[in-house]
Amino acid sequence: MPNQMRTLCVNGARISVARGTTVAAAILQAGVQAFRRSVRGELRGPLCGMGICFECRVTINGRAHRRSCQVVCEEGMDVRTDG
Amino acid sequence: MAEVKREFDVLVVGAGPAGMAAACAATDCSASVGIVDDNQSPGGQIWRGEAGAPSTPEAATLYNKFSDAKIPFMNAAVFAQAEPGMLLAESGETVYELRYGKLILATGARERFLPFPGWTLPNVVGAGGLQALVKSGLPIASQRVVVAGSGPLLFAVGAYLKKQGAHVLCIAEQAGRAQLARFVAGLWRFPGKAAQALRLRGELGGVPYLLNCWPVAAKGAEKLKSVTLQQGEKRWDVPCDYLACGFHLTPNTELAELIGCEVQEGCVRVNQRQETSVPDVLCAGEPTGIGGAELALVEGEIAGYVAGRRETEAEMRFGERRKLRRFARLLEQTFRLRAELKGMAQAETIVCRCEDVPLGRLRGHTSWRAAKLETRCGMGPCQGRVCGPAVEFLLGWKAESVRPPVFPVRVAALAASKDSGGQGAMQG
Repeated sequence: MPNQMRTLCVNGARISVARGTTVAAAILQAGVQAFRRSVRGELRGPLCGMGICFECRVTINGRAHRRSCQVVCEEGMDVRTDG
Repeated sequence: MAEVKREFDVLVVGAGPAGMAAACAATDCSASVGIVDDNQSPGGQIWRGEAGAPSTPEAATLYNKFSDAKIPFMNAAVFAQAEPGMLLAESGETVYELRYGKLILATGARERFLPFPGWTLPNVVGAGGLQALVKSGLPIASQRVVVAGSGPLLFAVGAYLKKQGAHVLCIAEQAGRAQLARFVAGLWRFPGKAAQALRLRGELGGVPYLLNCWPVAAKGAEKLKSVTLQQGEKRWDVPCDYLACGFHLTPNTELAELIGCEVQEGCVRVNQRQETSVPDVLCAGEPTGIGGAELALVEGEIAGYVAGRRETEAEMRFGERRKLRRFARLLEQTFRLRAELKGMAQAETIVCRCEDVPLGRLRGHTSWRAAKLETRCGMGPCQGRVCGPAVEFLLGWKAESVRPPVFPVRVAALAASKDSGGQGAMQG
């Protein structure tokens, strides 16, 4: 059922996920664990999964610093991590 | 940015069990009710993603009541109080101005994280954190997971992950055998909780539940490879794909503090009627003390009926609340953090993940304020939500008073909120 899936781009690679999947889960599904670099340059990924820790920040459709665990995937989204 | 102005007799912040119950109770009293939450749909953390398929009869009942009541749900993050009686919230391109007669804070709790070497590696996540990610679409089947930390949540998370096909290698609980024995012995007074514990134990099957046990290191280069656990004198490595680690819960009191509510020992102080020290502001659920969903539901109902001025309905529930608060005390005694956990963090272990501040740079300061000025600890986007409880445990410093915005917002939202703050004329 195509309407049950959402296709998006994670760092240029296309991936299809079930409707309702968050961007954080889609990024991990795409095999990317590092979402951002810390101020010292360390790789980081999601910690709290509920929008408080800000470790899962990525760029979505050109807008930086979106908390990927709080955003649900939409068709055609362009997601960029900073890992 | 678009501005939306709404006015309610009763505004509820937080749509978990407490908030949903409060909203339903207030609607029962014919009040006009609105509810605002940072998440996409109601249910809070415990019922995340269950709107379509509630996992328990209690959840099903409340979801039905909630949808029948047609309570307007606003998916936005509250970031400031413009003036008494008006909150500001932001969602994408929209700023909400929310006026209220009575405000019910049901802001829930978050996991308490404690730093140890390697805890910043990708794939080291919260226990509830991993559950939330799986609920929101992360496939976990055949992944090797170590669950660690403290609290009944570890049990629930372990059982959930196993059901989703994960290889749960073990659950490491820092509390000792004596505490757990007392907890189990005290459970008979709470048949519902005892049944739940037994059910989870059954679901966990042969997964080892290790007491007196905690992680001392997470290892890996760019992502997690293994976890070092310690139990007594014994230390050993467990190769795994995920470490799901949280040390019980800590109440979300930031918004209450911003509004000026008195907070005592980390919890919002309320009277019998769930009223805070600020007139017309009530609080229910975990912010008043960690007690679980059942207590949150009862506190929510009491707050909702008090806000809706149906005192007798509220008073009818005092007995039930008293009983459930006893369970909350039992939880607190059982899962109190042992002092040895302070030894998990080394001088070079990062405490503040937003600003990469290691423990060694905090030591030597005498207060949160002094350390903050010098190191920027707690000044990143999470605003101390992660490192605050850790610093309090490690160094005994209480976090500073809260300032708006309590959540990072875009400058446009701040500008819009300035306009609405009073005299300024609105443009366009």
